[in-house]
Amino acid sequence: MASETVYVRRFSRTERALHWIHASAFLVLLGSGLVLYVPRLSTLVSRRPLVKDVHVYTAVAWIAALALVVAIGDRRGLRRTLRELDLFDDDDRLWLCRVPRPQGRFNAGQKLNAALTAAFAVLFSVSGFLLWYGERDTRFRFASTILLHDGLMYVALVLLFGHLYLAVIHPTTRHALRGMTLGSVRRDWAYEHHRKWIEAAEAEPHR
Amino acid sequence: MTEAGSERAYGRRTFLAVTGAGLSSLLWAKPVWHAVSGAARPLERALPAGIVPSSGWRIYTVAASMPRFDPTMWRLRIEGLVDSPLALTYDELRRLPRAEQVSGFHCVTGWSVKDVRWAGVRFRDLLAAARPQPNAKVLTFVSAERPYVDTLSLSQAELRDAMLAYEMDGEPLRREHGAPARVVIPEMYGYKNVKWVERIVVGDHVEPGYWEQRGYDVDAWVGRSNGL
Repeated sequence: MASETVYVRRFSRTERALHWIHASAFLVLLGSGLVLYVPRLSTLVSRRPLVKDVHVYTAVAWIAALALVVAIGDRRGLRRTLRELDLFDDDDRLWLCRVPRPQGRFNAGQKLNAALTAAFAVLFSVSGFLLWYGERDTRFRFASTILLHDGLMYVALVLLFGHLYLAVIHPTTRHALRGMTLGSVRRDWAYEHHRKWIEAAEAEPHR
Repeated sequence: MTEAGSERAYGRRTFLAVTGAGLSSLLWAKPVWHAVSGAARPLERALPAGIVPSSGWRIYTVAASMPRFDPTMWRLRIEGLVDSPLALTYDELRRLPRAEQVSGFHCVTGWSVKDVRWAGVRFRDLLAAARPQPNAKVLTFVSAERPYVDTLSLSQAELRDAMLAYEMDGEPLRREHGAPARVVIPEMYGYKNVKWVERIVVGDHVEPGYWEQRGYDVDAWVGRSNGL
């Protein structure tokens, strides 16, 4: 066992591409957004028109790249993934109440994170579009748009820190990062953390 | 998935609930924030200034760099329809009758800052020595931040709490707030409150300002313009 490590594939190329497009766009948007938002950074950088362009064009590129990957990627696989993320069974509900229960390819926390991330992507896009377009047509200017955009940023930052902690630092979970970079994870790790997935995959290898 | 019958679509419900709540907040976020931000003020004060925008300020600029104030070189020119054009030094500006006020500041993009303490000069006092001609109707404020410019009618500039400010919250105006002098007119949105003013042209008709050339209202009354 020690000499021969067995790996199982957890994330497809399409899934990984979507994840990393989202992650890298988020970081650029966060960085440029903070420069636009935090007075001290705005003063330090001071090239607001340029930073604004970076922010807006990154947002457009982010949505276009996600759409492109969905268009040319493994759509059947994505539909299956969406279904996995959507459905919570009794084990998931107990797991969320901190009862240790076997989990599928995504644990219940990951499912919730995916739902929140998707909702935030929509809300960031809509509020961001309104901020941009409201500057051009005042009928689309609402006093609350900027509060929503900024509020989302604060909550998303908390989610990001939690996600990074579990993916990079926390000893028992950080192996998951291998799945998101190389695609595969150790079978023994997966059996411990995502047992129902391994059992189902091994019962029906051509799933 | 041992008990398929008990599966529930919580993922999509979470997505729809959060998306719906977020979109609806476009209608209620600002009033609710107003109501709770008073309660949250002591907490905001505990945070270091300028790290998070706890003061509520955001620094908006339109040029590639922010003007830098050099007290030896700086002059405030007052010209146009005046009998004696002026070029005031910073010290000369500071020696004019001083006015103080506490007023709110409202940005057209939705953020506001309450209770800003300003000190500066009322426009009547500022213009007195230049002696505007009888046909003078507007003041055009030219910023050192090119190509930012905006105008106020004389009657707007003579509102009780409009001024050319050189101090904010007890200290000389900071660079990002328009050092050394900016327009303050609390009744109007921030884009009429020109920063880094270096020239005031007295004229007889309104020229559309930087944002007005981009579709914003010339008379930017808070709460009564720009679709708000």
